[in-house]
Amino acid sequence: MNGPFDFTLALGDDALIAAQRLAEWTTRAPEMEEDIALANIALDQLGAARLLLSYAGELEGAGRDEDALAYLRDDRQFRNVLLVELPNGDFAVTMAKLFFLAAYQLPLYTALAGCADERLAAIGAKARKESAYHLDHGALWVKRLGDGTEESHRRMQAAVDQVWPYTHELFTADLAAPVDPATLRSAFDETVGPVLAEATLTRPESRWSPAGGRTGVHTEHLSYLLAEMQVLHRAHPGAKW
Amino acid sequence: MYGNDFSAPDDATGGGLLGEVEAAEAELRAAAARQRRGGPAPDEDLATYFTAVVDAEQKIEPRDWMPDAYRKTLIRQIAQHAHSEIIGMQPEGNWISRAPSLKRKAILLAKVQDEAGHGLYLYAAAETLGISRDELVRLLLDGRQKYSSIFNYPTLTWADMGAIGWLVDGAAIVNQVPLCRCSYGPYARAMIRVCKEESFHQRQGYEILHTLAHGTPAQQAMAQDAVDRWWYPSLAMFGPPDGNSTHSAQSMAWKIKRFSNDDLRQRFVDMCVQQAEVLGLRIPDEDLRWNEERQAYDYTQPDYDELMRVISGDGPCNRERMARRRAAHAEGAWVREAATAYAAKRAGQKEKVAA
Repeated sequence: MNGPFDFTLALGDDALIAAQRLAEWTTRAPEMEEDIALANIALDQLGAARLLLSYAGELEGAGRDEDALAYLRDDRQFRNVLLVELPNGDFAVTMAKLFFLAAYQLPLYTALAGCADERLAAIGAKARKESAYHLDHGALWVKRLGDGTEESHRRMQAAVDQVWPYTHELFTADLAAPVDPATLRSAFDETVGPVLAEATLTRPESRWSPAGGRTGVHTEHLSYLLAEMQVLHRAHPGAKW
Repeated sequence: MYGNDFSAPDDATGGGLLGEVEAAEAELRAAAARQRRGGPAPDEDLATYFTAVVDAEQKIEPRDWMPDAYRKTLIRQIAQHAHSEIIGMQPEGNWISRAPSLKRKAILLAKVQDEAGHGLYLYAAAETLGISRDELVRLLLDGRQKYSSIFNYPTLTWADMGAIGWLVDGAAIVNQVPLCRCSYGPYARAMIRVCKEESFHQRQGYEILHTLAHGTPAQQAMAQDAVDRWWYPSLAMFGPPDGNSTHSAQSMAWKIKRFSNDDLRQRFVDMCVQQAEVLGLRIPDEDLRWNEERQAYDYTQPDYDELMRVISGDGPCNRERMARRRAAHAEGAWVREAATAYAAKRAGQKEKVAA
């Protein structure tokens, strides 16, 4: 990555794609309270995405606003990590994704809140409070499912196994960024380890670490997600909504 | 930052209705402040006491004696309302992923979330009458209780988000504002909160249509098409004409219902005509015209045979709506079981510690 624009764009894309995936749960959650909670988290992510993408547009100085960045780029121009674009899977997979993402975003936004860029610091200060709630929520479900029934344990372990390899990409070093993601790894491990242990889950040993999101080389899933998200906006070039 | 970050183009939309909600709330507080006469006298007939409380515009509370039929009517009505909020999330949820701007996406997601909140709030109000949410959900899933027929129509374009907000939420508010004065306290209080949020939704819908109606020719056509499709189903939301309405008379006497279906429908039509003019959209009714004598608009009735078909299960989306709800319930079973098992283990551990 290269400087504050790329960094801000990448964080904005993480939040936007996470919001889009979480919102897919609307009307489908396992209980009504969870419908509300997932929508809440999606709204937090969407709110952060709007702030980050708007600021990225300003940093770029090419006249692109949040919507131009969200709706008029193709998947090769998106900079989100692969983790957030993975399909929702069952509720266990969604909770694994949520938990790992929050365990990364919380120290990230916390560090950002103290960075020299005032705008990013303000966004970090707002978003870290939300991330703390996301982390609580994700951790609670990981524990409930991990230490619930036989079936839920099996599903939660499978979800952790499936999603875990995608966490490594979150911590790819970037010395030029306002916050070097590599410095967040220990905070992530300290959060995740005890929760998995309490949930009677095993941390996978897989050495496979898929990556590429930050340079625009995504999974096959992102293009479909964007096709749906962008279809209406692109069908009416220049229209106001 | 989401929810209402736009300027209202016109304050005429629903402003009067929100005023009525506030008046009902003030009335509710005043009634609580004056307090009811004490409980029934030792030798007083419970039914007489119940009637006296209702007639004095005081509220019946969960602990009070009430006629069985009153209880049953309320359970049916509040449950149907709760089910409608939950099923009603689907037609609008259909456009969250494709909302044309991030701001609109946030507003729509927040709105659908509000509906889930209304559903839970109403289920809780029903539970004060001695039935559990689980039982009510079961009645919905088994098709033994209904939800509003309007949600069995498809949302085909983005403009439907505007039309649903303006017309469907508008009709819902006209229906629900009088319920803020309902004789059953928990329902009246729930409706005050619900109506306040619904009035925001109605303004948001109106604003979507306003933007489209002042946009490109394709957007204008999209807006008009949505109004054309939603107008008559919205009129049908007030139920069958007064002559054919089965529950009305008794509900009026109990002060659960305050106005007849036809009175409310007329009120809705009169409210919409002016708003449609501001929007620059046409209400699809050749016979819509002001009647000087009645001081109200003459209008074409909706197709009540169609309403009956949709209520009985043969609307365009009844099967899909129910299938989605059943699937969410069935696919979530293992999650709910896990939560119960986990809670039981925790409780067991606490007991051990306490021992």
